Amino acid sequence: MLEFSLWDILSNLLLAARWTVALSVIAFVAGGVAGLLVLFARVAPVPPLQGAAKLYIELFQGTPLLMQLFIAFFALPLAGIETSPWTSAAVALTLFTSAYLAEIWRGCVEAVPKGQWEASSSLAMNFGEQMRWVVLPQALRIAVPPTVGFSVQVVKGTAVTSIIGFAEVTKVGTAITNATFQPFLVYGLVGLIYFALCYPLSLSAKALERKLHAAR
Amino acid sequence: MPLVKLSNIRKSFGPVEVLKGVDMTVDEGQVVAMIGRSGSGKSTLLRSINGLERIDDGVIEVDGECVDPSQIDLRALRLKVGMVFQQFNLFPHLSAGENVMLALKVVKKMGKPETRAAAEQALAKVGLGHKFDAYPSQLSGGQQQRVAIARSLAMAPKVLLCDEITSALDPELVNEVLSVVRKLAEEGMTLILVTHEMRFAREVCDQLVFMHGGRIIEQGAPAELFDRPSTPELAQFVGMVEAR
Repeated sequence: MLEFSLWDILSNLLLAARWTVALSVIAFVAGGVAGLLVLFARVAPVPPLQGAAKLYIELFQGTPLLMQLFIAFFALPLAGIETSPWTSAAVALTLFTSAYLAEIWRGCVEAVPKGQWEASSSLAMNFGEQMRWVVLPQALRIAVPPTVGFSVQVVKGTAVTSIIGFAEVTKVGTAITNATFQPFLVYGLVGLIYFALCYPLSLSAKALERKLHAAR
Repeated sequence: MPLVKLSNIRKSFGPVEVLKGVDMTVDEGQVVAMIGRSGSGKSTLLRSINGLERIDDGVIEVDGECVDPSQIDLRALRLKVGMVFQQFNLFPHLSAGENVMLALKVVKKMGKPETRAAAEQALAKVGLGHKFDAYPSQLSGGQQQRVAIARSLAMAPKVLLCDEITSALDPELVNEVLSVVRKLAEEGMTLILVTHEMRFAREVCDQLVFMHGGRIIEQGAPAELFDRPSTPELAQFVGMVEAR
């Protein structure tokens, strides 16, 4: 029987962790861009847009990520759209992330006093100009800590994609456990890798919070 | 031809009708004060002139720019109507100069040097030329309100709306703001003010409008209205104000 050294296990996990990081970054960047679009629709003074954005947010917040992944992986091919675990995972996580970020940011936009909207309106600025120059710069200060905080959820959320066969760190951990029969060691290392990814994010959220508070 | 013409303005908040068909005209260069008890509809009327409150019925005309309740795009109207608020509403993330320059750059698409020059001029006019780089949080209430006035003026509006602009100020800061408004009045700026500063209204305004229960029930020269109110409502209001 093959013997696996600790380094064999760890190096394979770390290689797989690349995909966890890559998927997290894609979900976060694409989800951020999509989330910004949803945010604009959600707060625009156009009721049908608001309604559509609200529905979108509630749909993705109100259903498990796991189910969203299943739909992206199993249902889309039935509709004639070819998918791989990679694209399914990226699409599902992007949609999920965009819904949460849009909702987090909506709270930040609504925290900007109404007088700011009125003052910029009376200077003849339109909705887009108000958002770009007046509201978002102020909302950003309050948005940074919860946004960074949510990025931790995204990193951990990538673990769920193992279920559709995406070879990120959890999936590879399971495979190694099956070969080595050392679940304690392997999943312990997997947990440590997640912690090593998430803890700095949490720390930076705290630091940013302190910094933005001091800047006021 | 009047500069501002309001015809049959109606507005309800839910079941409460706050403006019950108001007609009013303001000529170019006129300074009009709207007075009345809180809840009389004066602030709502003022805010409807630049579309911050959507009216349910009626027509607003400013310098030939006609707006009725169905209209979505208010940009043309708002370019002609400036507004100063009780709570200043300066943009806290921008310096005084940037506050003044923002709409010039974004809305009027003016070039950088012109924008800067216009902002410097507007700030100088309110006596704050030296505060160009100060942030709102570094300014007193009176200074913030003067920046807000400069911000509106820089857009070169035809008429300036002032919504209780001294009500949020400490008593010792009221005069520096009022003297700016007085100067504007003397220079011929058309002003519509909602105010509780009765002495100021009496001294500076050409026309006084007394609102009660969502209607204008008296209007005329301030001295006349204050000295010989013709309705018991105004007599009572003047009595209350002067008893303070």
